[in-house]
Order: sequence, then C-alpha cells, then structure tokens
Amino acid sequence: MDSKTNNVNCNKSCSIIEWIDYRLPFLSFLKHLQHYRTPKNLSYLWSMGSIAGIALVIQIVTGIVLAMHYTPHVDYAFESVEKIMRNVNYGWLIRYMHAVGASMFFVAVYIHIARGLYYGSYKTPRELLWQIGIVIFLVMMATAFMGYVLPWGQMSYWGATVITNLFSAIPLVGENIVTWLWGGFSVDNPTLNRFFSLHYLLPFIIIALVMLHLIALHTHGSNNPKGIDVTEKDTIPFHPYYTIKDFVGFGVYFLIFAFFIFYEPNYLGHPDNYTPANPMVTPAHIVPEWYFLPFYAILRAVPSKLGGVLLMFASIFVLFFLPWLDRSPIRSASFRPLYRISFWLFVIDCLVLGYVGGKPPEEPYLTISRIAATYYFFNFFILLPFISKYEKPLPLPSSL
Amino acid sequence: MKHEFVMLFRIFICIFLLCSSISASAHSHTALPPKKMEWPFDGMFGTFDRQAAQRGFQVYKEVCAACHGLYNLSYRNLKDIGFSDAEIKEIAKNYTLQDGPNDAGEMYDRPAMPSDKFVHPYPNEQAARAANNGAYPPDLSLVVKSREDGANYLYSLLTGYHDAPTDITIMPGLSYNPYFAGTQIAMPPPLTDGQVTYADGTKASVEQMARDVTIFLQWSAEPEMEHRKSMGLKVMIFLVIFTIFFYIAKQRIWKDVK
Amino acid sequence: MADIINDDDKKITRRDFMTLTAGTMAVVGATCAAWPLVDSLNPSAEVLAMSSVEVDISNIKPGQTATVKWRGKPVFVRNRTQEEIDKARAVITSTLPDPQTDQERIKSGHDQWLITVGICTHLGCVPLANQGDYGGWFCPCHGSHYDTSGRIRKGPAPLNLLVPPYEFVSNTKIKIG
Repeated sequence: MDSKTNNVNCNKSCSIIEWIDYRLPFLSFLKHLQHYRTPKNLSYLWSMGSIAGIALVIQIVTGIVLAMHYTPHVDYAFESVEKIMRNVNYGWLIRYMHAVGASMFFVAVYIHIARGLYYGSYKTPRELLWQIGIVIFLVMMATAFMGYVLPWGQMSYWGATVITNLFSAIPLVGENIVTWLWGGFSVDNPTLNRFFSLHYLLPFIIIALVMLHLIALHTHGSNNPKGIDVTEKDTIPFHPYYTIKDFVGFGVYFLIFAFFIFYEPNYLGHPDNYTPANPMVTPAHIVPEWYFLPFYAILRAVPSKLGGVLLMFASIFVLFFLPWLDRSPIRSASFRPLYRISFWLFVIDCLVLGYVGGKPPEEPYLTISRIAATYYFFNFFILLPFISKYEKPLPLPSSL
Repeated sequence: MKHEFVMLFRIFICIFLLCSSISASAHSHTALPPKKMEWPFDGMFGTFDRQAAQRGFQVYKEVCAACHGLYNLSYRNLKDIGFSDAEIKEIAKNYTLQDGPNDAGEMYDRPAMPSDKFVHPYPNEQAARAANNGAYPPDLSLVVKSREDGANYLYSLLTGYHDAPTDITIMPGLSYNPYFAGTQIAMPPPLTDGQVTYADGTKASVEQMARDVTIFLQWSAEPEMEHRKSMGLKVMIFLVIFTIFFYIAKQRIWKDVK
Repeated sequence: MADIINDDDKKITRRDFMTLTAGTMAVVGATCAAWPLVDSLNPSAEVLAMSSVEVDISNIKPGQTATVKWRGKPVFVRNRTQEEIDKARAVITSTLPDPQTDQERIKSGHDQWLITVGICTHLGCVPLANQGDYGGWFCPCHGSHYDTSGRIRKGPAPLNLLVPPYEFVSNTKIKIG
C-alpha cells in the first residue's frame, strides 16, 4: 500500500492507472464519489440535479453537432436549419432534441428550485450553494434567449427586438447600450453573429458554475426531506444507492423527453417561428418560450418601461437574498405548516404569472398580472419574514 | 416516500397545466376556430397517404404554384411520396431556372434537375407583391407548421370561402374568409369544383382537392414524420423497459436501507 | 449462521443480475443514441444528390477538352482525334512510370472519349490542356507532363490522372459518379 504513494517511478508492481493517479488523482476522485455520504431518505426530487446535469450534456452535444451544419447569417440561418431538418442524416432528430431539450432542462431546473424552496436547502450552511444555483439559472436564461434567436424565424427576430429594446430603459446610456448590443440600428446580422458566438460559449461557463455548485454541495453534503442535520449513521454511500436511483429518474425523464421529441416536437414552441424573420411585419402576439412567461408577465405588469425591467430583474435577484428573508431555523416545510401553505400559494402565483404572460397585455389579464406580480414580492418581502418570525413549527425528529 | 411522490406529482401537474395553457393562448379572436378533420397522419401511428399526397402535388402544381413557392423542397424529395426517378426528371424539366455564369460570363436559363430546389414563381419578394396587389403569397413548404393547428386551418381556409355577411364591407382586392384572422384575405378563392383532372380519376371537388393538397403540404412541412413516429415507438418501448429494469434493480439494492 | 450467509449470497447474485441487465440496457441505449449524432456528419442528402453529374457531350468537337465540376473537383472530358488515340496506343506500357494501357482508361466503343479527374497526382494543381511534351496536359506547378491518355510521362507526379466512375447514358450523354 505504501509503495503506491511513495513510488516516484512505476516499477512492474504498479498498474498504469496507479501511475496516472499518483500524478493526477482522478481515481481518488471517483473513489470519493463512491464513499461520499448521503442522507438515506432522499426522495426522487433529489434526482433533479443530476437530471439537470444530463440535460446540460445533451444540449451541448446536440448543439455542437447542429453547429456543424448551421450558418449564422441572416440570409442563410433559417434555410440552414431547414437543411438540417430535411437533408442532414437524423438532422430532424438532433434539432428536435436540442429544442425540446431546452424546455426539458428548464422543467428539471424549476423542479430542482422548487425542491430547494420547499425543504429549505437555501438555508445555512448552503447559502452560497443556492446563490451559485441562481447564477446558473441566469446564465441558462441568457443562453436560451440567444439560442432561440438563431433559427431566425419571426419569433426569433421579434423576441430579440423586444428584449434587447428593454435596455433602452436605462437612463442616460440606455440607447447607446442597445446600439452596442445590436451592433447596428436594429437586430440584424451583427446581432445574430454575436448571439451565435455567445450561445456557444455560455454553456461552458455553466459547466464551470456547475462544478462550483457541486464543490459547494459536497462541502456540507445534501439536505434531506426532514431538513435536519444528519450523522453518519443516517447516511449511505452515494454509490450504488443514489447512482441507481438517479438512473430510474433518468428513465422517467427520457420517457417524457422522448414523448415530446417523437410525437409533439413543436408543442412547446411557436408556429410563428416557422415563418422566416421579416423586419417589416410584426406577428400578432410576440411571446417568449414558456419558461420565460412568468418574468414576461412581471415585465408587462408595470406601466413604466424602466419599472418593468427593474421589477423583472428584481424578481430573480430577490432569490439571492432568500436565506436572509426567511430566517426560520427549521429547514423543511414538512415541519412548517404556515410556510407550507405559503409555498403552494407561491407556486400557484408563478403558474398564474406564466398563464397571463402568454396572453395579450389586455384586460382582464393585465390586472391579474399586476395582482400576481404584487403577490410575488409580497411573498418574499413580507410573508416569508413574517412567517419565519412568528410561525410555530412542528417538533423536529432527532434523527432520520 | 409517499409524501414525496405526491409532491412530485403535484409539481408535474402544475407544469403540465402551465404548458397546456400556453397552447391555448395563441388564438386570434376574430377568426373562426378551424374545422376538426380526421387526417391519415394523425396520432402515434399516422402515415402519409401517398395517393392523396400525389394528388395534392398535382393540385399544388396546377393551382398553387402559379403564386406560391415550395422553396425548402427539392424535386428529388418527391420520391418520398411515390414518384419514380423518371417521373421526377419529367416534372423537374418543366421548370426553368437561371444558372451561370457560363464561360462567356453570361447567366443563362436551363431546365431544372431533380437535385434543384423547387423553382419559385417570382424572382423576388417585390415581384411577388407587385403581381398580387401588394400581398406576398407565402412559401408553402412550411405553411402547415407555421400556423396554429396547421392542417385543419389550411383545410378550413380552402373550403371556407363564401359570401360575406351583409354587415361587413369587403375592402377592394380582398375576399371574405371567416377562418382567416381579420376575415378578409388577399388570396381569392383558389379552388373550384372540377378544376383539376386527377391522374387517378378521383373526382376533384373543392373538399377533395383541399384535403389532398393539405396532406401534400403536411408532408412537405414534415417529411420525416413517419420515420419519427416509428422511431418514437421503439424508443418509448425501450425506455419503459429500461425504467422498469432500473426500478427493480433499485428496489433490490435499497432493500436493506432503513 | 450459515443460512444467513447463504441468503445474503443469493440476494447479491439476484440483484447483481438486475443491475447488470439494466446497466447493459443503459449502454445499448447510449450507443443507439450516439449513432444519429455520428451519422449526421456523413454527407447529407443534398450533398449525395450532387454526387453524380450528367454531361452532354454532343457539343465537344474532336480535339476539344471540356472541364466540368464533379464533387467539387474539375473533370476533363476530352474528345480525342484518331491521331491522339493512335499516339497513346503506340506507347510501350512497360516504359511508363504508372503502366496502364489506353484501352484500360476508356470505355470500349467510345474510344475517342477520355474522361479524367483534372487534378495532378503530384500535389493537386489543375493541369493545363493541350500543353506539354506529350500532347496531353502540362501541370505548371512542378512540371508534370501527361499524354493523350492522361498518363504521367515526365515529372514528379507518381500516378496517371484518375479516371472517375462513369457511364454512357446515351451516345451524347455521360453520367459521372
């Protein structure tokens, strides 16, 4: 045993793997995963993280292959996507995997966030883990937004126009920033080119952030449904228990994924994006993809343009401060009856926001969106601090 | 354990509701919802009725192609709906496109080959608008995917022309069609009974032609559909077995915990 | 005691079997999923559609060479005069750097038609027609000389000009590729 760590040179008794591991401890890293202790009561909700990881890998792999056939020029982009769909071997499959995959990625991440909210995974000592997660979410949104522009359909073009125009709301420098973003006087070829470049880059930034996210996680280990700190006797090694459980999760995830790819590939998208972009004709309703709808609703709820932009960003930034807004020492909603109610009300509020976000900005949707947006911030700034201070939690168990 | 399943179930329901609300949200309020027809390509086991698609191509060629392009298709793609190589060569030959420059530096016209894309009826968008009262006849290769409930919409539109109700004034150059957003459409009714003599002898009523051309255009928008659905069945069956196997393995490995 | 150990052994074998089967399915699934990604790099349908080209040879007069594009490369289509054919056939094959008879490089019954890929077998330049010491082609890049059968005679090129797969669709039309 000592010979493994003390040998500088490998003699016949060492294997190649040991030779490499002595210099770059990859084997030790894998062994760490095998012995990494995890609470024994984690539900399938805890598989969402690894599912999100698989989703990221699928997006990157399919994206790289698509990029081999895609042309990021306004005159050729739409056509090159159609060429992929019709001429490239399995091109339609890879394209649909990428488009549906983006939606599936957001489903996984939203459930992952909901799990964190319900079980208090954002509380001490996991505040930074939570915040890195919010950064990942933000970068995901930027990536998805730019990716949607690339096919250069009507929704690509007009969605890009609406969202980039938001920055003109910034006082003094807004117009200059927008011109700088566009590389011109409207969304056009320079914009498309730079979006393609950044869309290719950001997923690798996400990988780096995910690694930070995992290091932060492994520092104190996973939270669990009871929300209490665990001792060694309440833990099991990650492998084989959670590796195999995660595979069950993958199976269900791929089933839902496959259903959409093969039978309803365009269900989550917009028919308008199958019309080539036309700067002279605006579609009747400009709507972003479903995963942006709640934020879109908040944006449109405010009459002032700058107010809408600020409130929209605030709705995400408020999440950074959650560990300090909700100061209850009890983590899991299982033992917090009032918090549990407020959680489900919050979920309903998000669904309502999502619903009105997809509707035209007219009555009654406008009023509903204002009420829902107000409730959103009421929940974080008033309800949660109040509940965390005055709630009487149920007694916590001593162990799992 | 049960508690978590219930939670997960609730969250999935929520997301499903969100998604279904999206699909209902893109309606135009002024148009009639499309008629719900039954199509041979509907459902998990849908296929393209090749006879109908060939008739539909004839309708496209003789009626629609005067104004509408089919730019994302090449003539060789017609093989998919049952035309032979020789027939395709013949079809392509009837179209002329510009090629060049030749060795003298000039552009020249030549008949189309199977590998060429469908020739557009107009040289550019401006010419198309000029010939059609300022309206641009959209390319049809993706029209079924680019409209909500595309196949039903297309069929309803083609069979939906009738005289306007007395309280509506039709603007000059437009026609009344209740299925079109705004009810006034720049395209005059394109189909009349018996307009096309089908090669296979089927009676060419407006409904028949509308049905056939819709099937043809559904194919032209999604030529991979049959392959996609058959692959989907295999993948779903594989994944069901995969999940069950992993679930059983998981239960066995977890047997001793707690 | 012994019973418990036996039970445990049995349990391990059964659960190992399930895990092994499930694991194998995962590997099979991953391989099947990887195949479309790999295959998508193969030539797409539109590239394959351009992989043959038909050439109308009725306008190429005896002594003329036409150049057509096939798979992105130039192809020489030469209508040889009888004199050029005789000159090619008079050569003793064993003296050639790349021995081939003229008859091996044409389709019998269409002896006057010589079709070769117009890329010098040395380093890939396009040789010039009706130049060089042998009445065929001359490559200006490094001085290779090809004869009236497109065979290398002098210079650094190692092989004769490549004859692509082709057939006579009719007397006035050939299909290359």
